[in-house]
Amino acid sequence: MSLTNEKIKQKLTEKFGELVTGFEEPYGMLTFEAPKEQNLKVMTFLYDDEELKFRFLTDLCGVHYPDNKGRELVVVYHLHNLEDNVRIRFKVFSNISKPDVYTATGLFSSANWMERETYDFYGVNFVGHPNLIRILNVEEMDYFPMRKEFPLEDQSRIDKDDEMFGRGGSMGYGTEKATTGTIAEDDKDNVGDELI
Amino acid sequence: MADQHIKLPEGSIEKTTTTLNLGPTHPATHGVMQNILELDGERIVSTEQTIGYIHRAFEKIAERRPLYQITPLTDRLNYCSSPINNMGWHIACEKLLGVQTPKRVDYLRVIIMELARISDHLICTSIMGVDAGGLTGFLYVMTYRELIYEIYEEVCGSRLTTNIGRIGGFERNFNDIAFAKLQKFLDEYPKALKELEGLFSRNRIFMDRTQGVGPISAERAMNYGFTGPNLRAAGVDYDVRVHTPYSSYEDFQFDIPVGTTGDSYDRYMVRIQEMWQSMEIIRQAFDKVKQFKGADAEIYHADVPEFYLPKKQDVYTKMEALIYHFKIIMGEMEMPAGEVYSAVEGGNGELGFYFISDGGRTPYRLHFRRPCFIYYQAYEELTKGQMLSDAIITMSSLNLIAGEMDA
Repeated sequence: MSLTNEKIKQKLTEKFGELVTGFEEPYGMLTFEAPKEQNLKVMTFLYDDEELKFRFLTDLCGVHYPDNKGRELVVVYHLHNLEDNVRIRFKVFSNISKPDVYTATGLFSSANWMERETYDFYGVNFVGHPNLIRILNVEEMDYFPMRKEFPLEDQSRIDKDDEMFGRGGSMGYGTEKATTGTIAEDDKDNVGDELI
Repeated sequence: MADQHIKLPEGSIEKTTTTLNLGPTHPATHGVMQNILELDGERIVSTEQTIGYIHRAFEKIAERRPLYQITPLTDRLNYCSSPINNMGWHIACEKLLGVQTPKRVDYLRVIIMELARISDHLICTSIMGVDAGGLTGFLYVMTYRELIYEIYEEVCGSRLTTNIGRIGGFERNFNDIAFAKLQKFLDEYPKALKELEGLFSRNRIFMDRTQGVGPISAERAMNYGFTGPNLRAAGVDYDVRVHTPYSSYEDFQFDIPVGTTGDSYDRYMVRIQEMWQSMEIIRQAFDKVKQFKGADAEIYHADVPEFYLPKKQDVYTKMEALIYHFKIIMGEMEMPAGEVYSAVEGGNGELGFYFISDGGRTPYRLHFRRPCFIYYQAYEELTKGQMLSDAIITMSSLNLIAGEMDA
């Protein structure tokens, strides 16, 4: 007896009703979302149910959608039922001003470092996590570098035009005009004086 | 007044345990990572890991790069088996773009991936020997890893960070020298692997040093997100190659070796047996490749002009090729919007790529599921109550690669 996506969807709507929404199947993987207060309840149900048995946390990561007002940050869980070999993707949206999401460490020990990584890069505050500190970046860092407000290249560079390099078009980053140059206009004449 | 200058930490006189700092740069860590061990005599009470020393922000960099420029980033994840990372990335892209690769490409990829798996396991098993006090095996098998690297060199031009293959296939066809070198490897390697096994597998000292060291139960291993040889050593027969076949792995006959106790010895044995299985797969794939004759033997990439660089002579003579060349190099090819998770069986376990595209030229978000990063957090549980020297060998049996852990 194999587990189908329709079956999972049906069981979830039976249990949670209107709370579980956004069912999709991009490239065959069942994807859905739930309110962030419900994330543990949904995952515990998926874990404990005798037919669903999603007992392997493959991956946990964050995504930032700055234009999605009120639900900017997403925590994405990839769960795997190893017996029936079915994978699902479960998303929890959160606002960026108070990104509190319950921790999954009680259910999966593997969530520990993955949640620390998500906190490190996106600033998602996992409520109840035993040791929520930065993991890959330095402790002194006071921002969350994977958020979209930090463009990859130094925006103050004035020596090249990104449009000419095929960059900066589609993402909207890099198209902004640099407000301050690396060299102030008044100082331009003085550059290199020390060298002469 | 002298006692004012000596400021001992609170309660330090009563402290009965020793704190030992292992790493970040220590020969026994095989990579840049730090372990702070709390020791009671020689027994480990607790450990604390610090990682991130070679974090290079690949996920952030990838958000500003066209697809073909991300391949060299994946090289540097698990640099002991970079071709698997490269192929995994290409397969993820192909899944998003809906590219169907020809069978010959799949078989050639299988050959390269299994060679990479052998070179990865070869390092891990022989390094375990080094940590147990036997340097000979390690130096001996390096000769044979060299044979694998020579095959890579023939196919893509480089050895360690390979950047091998392209979206849709390979950058060039395998030449006769590559096949001759592959045949040479197939002929010579089994003898060397037998000798490596002879040095360690039934070696009294090695067995005493590894059996019962760093064990983990199947249940705990799954809870910790173990995959690959480390999970199979605990007795769970989960292998991405079988569960979610990619690159035509369903056409091959092979076994999945499993252990029972999940200790360092089982991890070693699973890796050794996997090398034999990989040899078997390469032999089968090589036979399949030989069956392509004439024009079929010239197929080495799928027909995806939007993402596969045209031949240089065509770029100079044909308008269409010139346009595609320009667009690919400038990163102007747009992808379909969507999100995809694609996984391959890497040297250490399930290497996953979670790829979100918003229809632009670069990934909106790219997340690597790095097996090392996920299972290293079990290290404290694995080593608790063990001896200090066991902690070292447990670490090498897990095959921790700092590049993969820190991304």
